[in-house]
Amino acid sequence: MEENTFKVTIDGIETRVAPGTTILQAARQIGPEVAPPAMCYYKPLEKSGGKCRACLVKVAQGSERDPRPMPKLLASCITQVQDGMVVENYTNEEVVETRKGIVEFLLLNHPLDCPVCDQAGECSLQDFAFKHGTEAQRYEEERRTFEREDIGPHIQLHMNRCILCYRCVHTADQITDGRCHGVMYRGDHAEISTYISKAVDNDFSGNMIDVCPVGALTDKTFRFKNRVWFSKPVDAHRDCDKCHGKVHLWYKGEEVIRVTGRKNQWGEVDEFICNSCRFEHKETKDWVIEGPAKMPRHSVLSANKYRADLVKKPAYALNYAEQNFKKIDDSRPYDKTLSEIKESEDYQALMEKNKSYKLLNK
Amino acid sequence: MAESIKILTEHFHQEGIEKLDVYKKHGGYAGLEKALKTMSPEQVVEEVKTSGVRGRGGAGFPMGMKWGFLAKPEGVPRYLVCNGDESEPGTFKDHYLMMKCPHLLIEGMIISSFALGANTSFIYVRGELMYVINILEKAIAEAKAAGYLGKNILGTGFDLELVVQPGGGAYICGEETALLESLEGKRGNPRNKPPFPAVKGLYQCPTVVNNVESIATTPWIMLNGGEAYSKIGIGRSTGTKLISASGHVKNPGVYEIELGLPVEEFIYSDQYLGGIREGHDLKAVVAGGSSVPILPKHLILKTAAGEPRLMSYESLSEGGFASGTMLGSGGFIAMDETTCIVRNTWNFARFYRHESCGQCSPCREGTGWMEKVLYRLEHGKGNERDIDLLVDVAKKIEGNTICPLGDAAAWPVASAIRHFREEFEWHVRHPELAIAPGAVFNKETEAVLN
Repeated sequence: MEENTFKVTIDGIETRVAPGTTILQAARQIGPEVAPPAMCYYKPLEKSGGKCRACLVKVAQGSERDPRPMPKLLASCITQVQDGMVVENYTNEEVVETRKGIVEFLLLNHPLDCPVCDQAGECSLQDFAFKHGTEAQRYEEERRTFEREDIGPHIQLHMNRCILCYRCVHTADQITDGRCHGVMYRGDHAEISTYISKAVDNDFSGNMIDVCPVGALTDKTFRFKNRVWFSKPVDAHRDCDKCHGKVHLWYKGEEVIRVTGRKNQWGEVDEFICNSCRFEHKETKDWVIEGPAKMPRHSVLSANKYRADLVKKPAYALNYAEQNFKKIDDSRPYDKTLSEIKESEDYQALMEKNKSYKLLNK
Repeated sequence: MAESIKILTEHFHQEGIEKLDVYKKHGGYAGLEKALKTMSPEQVVEEVKTSGVRGRGGAGFPMGMKWGFLAKPEGVPRYLVCNGDESEPGTFKDHYLMMKCPHLLIEGMIISSFALGANTSFIYVRGELMYVINILEKAIAEAKAAGYLGKNILGTGFDLELVVQPGGGAYICGEETALLESLEGKRGNPRNKPPFPAVKGLYQCPTVVNNVESIATTPWIMLNGGEAYSKIGIGRSTGTKLISASGHVKNPGVYEIELGLPVEEFIYSDQYLGGIREGHDLKAVVAGGSSVPILPKHLILKTAAGEPRLMSYESLSEGGFASGTMLGSGGFIAMDETTCIVRNTWNFARFYRHESCGQCSPCREGTGWMEKVLYRLEHGKGNERDIDLLVDVAKKIEGNTICPLGDAAAWPVASAIRHFREEFEWHVRHPELAIAPGAVFNKETEAVLN
């Protein structure tokens, strides 16, 4: 087995992967701590990737045989590993700086209308900007604006929010014959559209909503119904003659307000669902409920909701807790209940400290 | 300099050189006959390697080495594509060559196709040049009638079809993988590399993409040998180069120069540009088409070390980007002291914003951003931090894009600020002076700055 695999070192962590694996996939195999962000790459979509440049990494050593470093940063989602490759991701300052630049570029023409955007809370761009960007923006110019456009009966396109990742284009290419959905014009005036406002007429067109990393393609049956973090996702399935019928149902109270495909750890839907499941079966009786959905990584959805034990606490929080209260092994149940902690002296002292901190900052 | 050597343009002054019989009378198709009848494809590639000729499209990659990289799997066709898209502002040499002497290119195409084992070859010409396409097609028909194209060329058993394809007129389609996409009938977006065209190019088959001028050197190399070619020029910059000169010079036009000619001689000698227009002085030069760094007079005539600057790949890039530039595609734009560098930079940025394909985010958003900031600066609405902002944006685009268009957009801006920073500052501090029609920063206005 050792012979047929390549050795790669990413941020100092060594692993062995099959030949032909991309750097991004190798990093994902190690874990989310070293996985580069991806805004346009989408594993289930052929030919996706290479466009957003969010996943650029430094190859400090090309391979065992040719240890020269690569002169430029490489898009990790499309670059295959070589034996003995050494990759620097979060440990390389140039990469970190470049990513700040990419965040800034992607947000240039983005309207930042998160407060009214349905995607907020499960938006890749939000996560990406929060994790990799800077707080301030230097852009003072006017942003490009477009009219909203309906793409088929179920989908609305907000071109203002689009970051031109081409994921929906690849989806349309994959699910339909011919080219009915694509990019028109060039440069920063490029625009996603359908062929002369023709609808994308396909049983699987709804997946374009799922693949969209931002709120550019929205579900018309869900628009403005609820903030995603107030809705409760559950795993469910049904017998469907078109797709496998495995979905997330999003509840608001008793009501199913949205149906989406199941996203994996990386925010990718592995198996597409059909429009009938997505748009037409919005009652609990249509579905077999499996249980609360695992909501990994995407913070606001997973924060202490259903399976809090799945969420790894950040190291700084654990250190802080260890110094100030007690050592916490990050698993439930705790020795103390929340009310007990709140009554403890340490906690009171901390609260006092916080107060003074807040005052200082005013 | 003594008698200048002409390899490509030697017979261009002859009446009717675009016709086959006139071209043949002046030694045309002799290189082809020699190559096809007496040499094997490997020998042709070897000759080109020996000649050391470098790609004339801008990157300056050795052509023989590029040919050597071509994958040759069994049962898969190979293609040769000639890049005649030439849309770099300031460059118009291929246009001139194809218009003046189409048979030179056709002969070169046949030799190159023979060397690479391609049986269908393409000449991709930008769509605006329809009359050039007509000239080429007429010439191809002539060559076909004379047995230089088609089946069993000159009885050697080598078949070749030559197709002229008009492009849509996009700058980005001059990038080789975007050109291949466009040739396949798709939107001209550059591809992710690897795979490189030498492995998977046109229709996923091994492909070589060469510039018009590079291919046009092959007939001479076949006739006179690669050894003779490599003796022309200087160092690793062998041979001659077509330079399209424009701007504030007395004799603009296309010149064939031997590489290694001093820049000073090129600008001021009567044999070439004849100096700057009467009563004016040289201010800055863009030496290789709009995308290469702009250089002020003192750096283009002499390197930072004080050596005279020569027209060669090495000499022009001496000093890196701090004090050097690139030979690029040979679009030589000279500007005198009436040129406003900020306006010029804005104009270049406008071009790149318009021509960015919009695929990858740094180039798509960055080119637009730079253009907007430069517009403000030029129109007296800039502020001090805009200048550093431009430098930073250029740095964030450079090297982080799919294709070199991002670099091409970033270099002119970064270099203009590097060498003409006081001019940008003048626009910020004295907008009322800067926005006046024809206002230019110079020695007198410098007093105002201080």
